[in-house]
Amino acid sequence: MFDLRDLYQEVILDHNKRPRNFGQFAQPDRRAEGYNPLCGDKLTLHLALEDDVIRDIVFKGSGCAISTASASLMTESVKGKTLDEVRTLFANFQGMLTGDAEADFDTDVLGKLSVFSGVRAYPARVKCAVLAWHTLQAAIEAKNKVATTE
Amino acid sequence: MSQPSAPTAAPSRFDVHRVRQEFPILGLVIRDRQLVYLDNAATTQKPRAVLDALTRYYTKHNANIHRGVHYLSETATEAYEAARRTAQQFLNAREPREVIFTRNATEGINLVAQTFGRRHIGERDEIVITGMEHHSNIVPWQLLCEQTGARLRVVPITDDGELVWEEFERLVGARTKLVGAVHLSNSLGTVNPVARIVELAHRHGAAALIDGAQAAYHFPVDVQALDCDFYVATGHKLYGPTGIGLLYGKAERLEDMPPYQGGGDMISSVTFEKTTYNELPHKFEAGTPHIAGAIGLGAALTYLTGLGLDQVAAYERELLAYGTEVLQQISGVRLIGTASEKASILSFVMEGVHPHDIGTVVDQSGVAIRTGHHCTQPVMDRFGIPATARASLAMYNTREDIDALGAALERAREVFA
Repeated sequence: MFDLRDLYQEVILDHNKRPRNFGQFAQPDRRAEGYNPLCGDKLTLHLALEDDVIRDIVFKGSGCAISTASASLMTESVKGKTLDEVRTLFANFQGMLTGDAEADFDTDVLGKLSVFSGVRAYPARVKCAVLAWHTLQAAIEAKNKVATTE
Repeated sequence: MSQPSAPTAAPSRFDVHRVRQEFPILGLVIRDRQLVYLDNAATTQKPRAVLDALTRYYTKHNANIHRGVHYLSETATEAYEAARRTAQQFLNAREPREVIFTRNATEGINLVAQTFGRRHIGERDEIVITGMEHHSNIVPWQLLCEQTGARLRVVPITDDGELVWEEFERLVGARTKLVGAVHLSNSLGTVNPVARIVELAHRHGAAALIDGAQAAYHFPVDVQALDCDFYVATGHKLYGPTGIGLLYGKAERLEDMPPYQGGGDMISSVTFEKTTYNELPHKFEAGTPHIAGAIGLGAALTYLTGLGLDQVAAYERELLAYGTEVLQQISGVRLIGTASEKASILSFVMEGVHPHDIGTVVDQSGVAIRTGHHCTQPVMDRFGIPATARASLAMYNTREDIDALGAALERAREVFA
């Protein structure tokens, strides 16, 4: 059906089925865990940093299609980026999902992350899409606690 | 020999279409489709009788109760106490004073934990509950254990979602002061042998609390026959308003318990030196209660009684069997909760599709189901799953509703194929 495909775009379904950068490092520079108590989604992120650049990143966990695909696409998008660039990406991502107007985000900055634009129409699912990003933020800020969507 | 008696009237068939007419919300169109409401274990929809009772109360009787000498206060008090008598008859309690109005089933359990529990359960005493309790029948006991040093023991469940009875018998003993068990599991659909559980508790001198939040709107409940010490239910699942619940307690138990909350209505006299508590049931109803809620709940119970819970149960049993059959035919679907005694709940997982995604996809077809852990995280852990999708039935559901769910699930399977 048309509107469902707006949410579950092919790219999302593909990343859900075959998540990229799935795994863990033996000795990550940073790690963080994410948890969505509403649906039980769990996520662990491992980062390899070089100065303030994310040299490599992997994730592990279980969740719905939106949260899994979001984590998978996020790892692809942030690899090689500086922490400042990542913060800008996250702000744009959030703007796309929850912002008031198109002015809140830039599709050029977001690139393929734009496939999540359909999530905006499903407020109950926004948390699924941002779980990985909250977790990444916790890893960057080096907070030693579980990031939640609550 | 007497004349053969005239054939009695055929038992009145449960007329689901007539019942549906009594629920205005079922006429709603959601996403261009007729609403298919299968989230009844979360809350049920309300019949006209309840909506009318609420309107009638606020337009013709609204006043505070138990105090005023004016006409409105008297009629409001009478309506509120009439609702209590209706609830008493509904649960077959001996006396109206054995029925306490609470906010919900959760408050009923907390009340028992903090009054009966604080008085009778001490260090090294034990509370036994089952592995399929709702968080509301777990956390109040954990709080009590923290306060008193008592210990919580948990009866394990089988792969089908039934209690392991030998373990239950092993866990209940001389130290046990209270046994708490859910009548109908909200995440598995299991109907527990509660009379047997009560008997087991009493054999060891323990009190028994039954959580009937899910049960009381699906089949008749007789607290005298069960012989339980406490039984809790909630109005909003009994087709009544939110914010009103029922706690049944045996009079001698309730008499023996200290008040739960202090305030107006629960006292006989107050001086700064000494306050005397009011009699049952008022001792446990501090402050202005949810008067309209109680009256609305009374209307719901009267409506349900009129339909006949035996008839409702028979109809729903057939519907559950049909639903089970339909779900089993969808490839990749696995039911969670396959006890031999079940009611109204179809909890399931689908291979390759997360429950949350199932919920979103079927919602696009106007089908409302619940996804998540259903406030029973230990049950999810027991089955090694993060969540389930859950369709829960009520008496106004039809085979067409189940078919709509089946079709929506096929769509989900296609989307994620």
